[in-house]
Amino acid sequence: MSETATTKLTRKDFVSDQEVRWCPGCGDYAILASMQKYMADSGADPAKTVFVSGIGCSSRFPYYMNTYGFHTIHGRAPAIATGIKVANPDLSVWIVTGDGDALSIGGNHLAHILRRNVDVNILLFNNEIYGLTKGQYSPTSPVGTVRKSTPMGSVDRPFNPISFALGCNATFVARSIDTDAKHLTKVFAAADAHRGTSFVEILQNCVIFNKDFYSKVVDRSVRADMTVDLTPGEKIIYGAEEDKGMRFCANGLEKCSAADADLWDPATATESQAYAISQLDQDPETPKPIGVFRSVDAQVYEQQVHQQVEAAVADKGPGKVEDLVCAGDRWTID
Amino acid sequence: MTTTETPGADLPLQQLERVVIRFAGDSGDGMQITGNQFTQTSAVFGNDLATLPDFPAEIRAPAGTRPGVSGFQLQFSSKDIHTPGDAPDVLVAMNPAALVVNLGALKAGGTLVINTGAFKANDLKKAKLGSNPLEDGTLDGYRVIPVDINARVLEALSDSALSTKEKARCKNFYTLGLMYWLYSRPLDSTVNWLKVKFKSRPELIEANELALRAGFNAGDIHELFQGQYEVPKTEELPAGTYRNMMGNDAIAMGLVAGAQLAGLQPVLGSYPITPASTILESLASYKHHGVVTMQMEDEIAAICSAIGASFSGSLGITTTSGPGMALKTEAMGLAISTELPLVIVNIQRAGPSTGMPTKVEQSDLLQAIFGRNGDAPIPVISCSRPSDAFELTIDAVRIAVQYMTPVILLSDNFIANGAEPWLLPDLKDIKPFPVQFAEDPENHRTFARDEKGSRAWAKPGTPGMEFRIGGLEKDIDGNVSYDPENHQAMTDQRHNKIAAIAQTIPTPAVDGPDSGDLLVLGWGSTVGILTQAVETVRENGLSVSRLHLTHIWPLPKGLEEIFSNFKAILVPEMNMGQLTRVLRGEMPHHNFIPHNKVTGQPFLTTEVAAKIENILKG
Repeated sequence: MSETATTKLTRKDFVSDQEVRWCPGCGDYAILASMQKYMADSGADPAKTVFVSGIGCSSRFPYYMNTYGFHTIHGRAPAIATGIKVANPDLSVWIVTGDGDALSIGGNHLAHILRRNVDVNILLFNNEIYGLTKGQYSPTSPVGTVRKSTPMGSVDRPFNPISFALGCNATFVARSIDTDAKHLTKVFAAADAHRGTSFVEILQNCVIFNKDFYSKVVDRSVRADMTVDLTPGEKIIYGAEEDKGMRFCANGLEKCSAADADLWDPATATESQAYAISQLDQDPETPKPIGVFRSVDAQVYEQQVHQQVEAAVADKGPGKVEDLVCAGDRWTID
Repeated sequence: MTTTETPGADLPLQQLERVVIRFAGDSGDGMQITGNQFTQTSAVFGNDLATLPDFPAEIRAPAGTRPGVSGFQLQFSSKDIHTPGDAPDVLVAMNPAALVVNLGALKAGGTLVINTGAFKANDLKKAKLGSNPLEDGTLDGYRVIPVDINARVLEALSDSALSTKEKARCKNFYTLGLMYWLYSRPLDSTVNWLKVKFKSRPELIEANELALRAGFNAGDIHELFQGQYEVPKTEELPAGTYRNMMGNDAIAMGLVAGAQLAGLQPVLGSYPITPASTILESLASYKHHGVVTMQMEDEIAAICSAIGASFSGSLGITTTSGPGMALKTEAMGLAISTELPLVIVNIQRAGPSTGMPTKVEQSDLLQAIFGRNGDAPIPVISCSRPSDAFELTIDAVRIAVQYMTPVILLSDNFIANGAEPWLLPDLKDIKPFPVQFAEDPENHRTFARDEKGSRAWAKPGTPGMEFRIGGLEKDIDGNVSYDPENHQAMTDQRHNKIAAIAQTIPTPAVDGPDSGDLLVLGWGSTVGILTQAVETVRENGLSVSRLHLTHIWPLPKGLEEIFSNFKAILVPEMNMGQLTRVLRGEMPHHNFIPHNKVTGQPFLTTEVAAKIENILKG
């Protein structure tokens, strides 16, 4: 950032000139505002930031960010973002996707970007419904979801996005809530700081087709008791009175008093512990974990790709086209 | 034909102008290596040549069966030749299945070199033969040279520490040695190749070289043949330095060269598929040229990662074959809509669906030109032969970056795996086309167009240029627009931009008189066969002209005028008439006659020549 390096940018600097066209009340507005503010507060350079999306309501996100943006095709944002990041590792790349985009049509690409550990941040807006196509059930909708395409209820079991990511050996996995700006910002910062693919599920309200589907967990009146925040380096405590806690057990975590609560460290917890925790919300009586499930270091894909190129150049010298063309057995006709 | 004495031998040495050999064996017998080695040696010796590898898709079909037969045909000559030859003069058959599958192709009275060691009862059974063709009269009329190669190779390697199984695997080099003797070829090129190939296993270098020399000496000592032959080096090719080249290698090199001429880093996103995988493999070995390769999770991710690389300001490339093209279709539309450069290479194979992955066909032409949703024009270029693939690949890169468009470069199985001498280009003669990225935000608009109709290329990382683009219809600034007139205008602009590329494509030259009764019009890998067929017909006193297209969409300018000077235009294609349909749509006032073949094998010269004579005499 040349001129602006000394001038601190504000949220407005990250707002594009495009009119936002999500439905009034959509959770996407809150996420967008938090992101624009996070960008400004974290000193991000708009010229070096790219938002990439697929198709769906959430995927309009790049148009509203005053950064570089690429609104691509359904499900393919992770593959396109991989090319963007490999071609220019200096860019800060963010993928915005939804439950259908990421886990139905794009499931393969999501699995593979997580496996490769490309240094990008993925924000999966999970509203458990197809919004843009007007309300069909999605791969995260609970069994029995009755919609126009499933008049007798859906019969297929849903994905848990956190479990999916952990199963793909993701190196950073977190969950947050659209309207909780403070928590969301904290998770954005952790994802941004992580080297490798950061996967963030954001519970997001679709006021038209799946209104308040998550209210039993996130309503202000119940949130303190029905969610438990996994904060790196802190004890796992929850409840309006902060009197409840969780501790490790054979099945992951179990409820206990705040005094008996264990310390949470997503870098040292095992993959199976993280996975077991991701499954806690199968029990409606257990609070839904949010925060950082996993954060571990691993080799970053694009760095290794470029290291191989550099090693080959160091080993063989910079290649010349003449050497390629004029190789092998040759003969001359006079 | 002249007859001279071989030094140090009593057998006569005959000079021949051209020879067609087909090596045929089990897919585990190493016939492709044998054929490639004979090719390489003949190329270095100075012959003109053309090759036709023909192998099954199965890596190892059940040994000894007919589906497992792998063949390699080559023609080498002291004259300028264009095809691997219609009918082999010599068939080398390593087992009964190879014999029966290939015997029909052999020239009447042709020579058969047969590995009699592989004609036991069980071998005959695997080939579904009720009687032994060596004994039942099947081979009457051919010159049969029986050699128990299985036994001879074990004898030759009796002192080797290798297992019997490993010794037996050297039989292709024994066979190669035998053929080297017959055609007076030097051994050094193959010996050098063995030294590199088995660098880490010296015992295999030794054994294969022993087998090679044993085969060579057997020709001399055992008087298997009535004499030796020599095909002198050709004097007909243009002066210069040559190397032997296969189509996929030429494309890989062309991509590196093209990216360098554009001043861009080449970034390949690919997914392995027959017969395109070797381009991915070659480019992966060119890392010291700054080439970045990503083997992605599927064909869609492959093209998408390449599009992402182009978005970032690199040269995005993806390589595939027909089924992969089908999967990439939607992403091609994205590259068209966002007007990003991209090179898409399709090494065609026989379809539809999985089709016949190792067999040749030209049936993806309409898919390339039209196969997308919406009005989605893409320039389409086709290689004709290994020796023009380098240059045409560079042209594909040029068009992609100069016109900010994906470009489809077609090749096929015949070009990909076929080999011929390549006159090395003088790289200094190739004009660079460096990309100038837009860096001045002042007055920059994302989809503003230059005089060519192309937009400026701005890339992320440039301060003040932040833009958003996508697959939704957009206005001049890249913002989403559903405005009816804007969509008409943008569609027109995309269409006109591709049409304008015709201005940069030279009108192809007519071979022969520029008017007459018949023009033979081809594209792609039929070039050699069509050239040969036309020459054959002319030798019979008929007048016929020929034209070959490399740039198929947009069509080069000047064709209308050329076509109007001919009464009829014969369009031979290895598909059901795809170019004919395009031409009838674009230039309906000419008499196009389709001539089609989809057997998975190239046309024979005789087939096309007969068709031409039929039309001219009709």
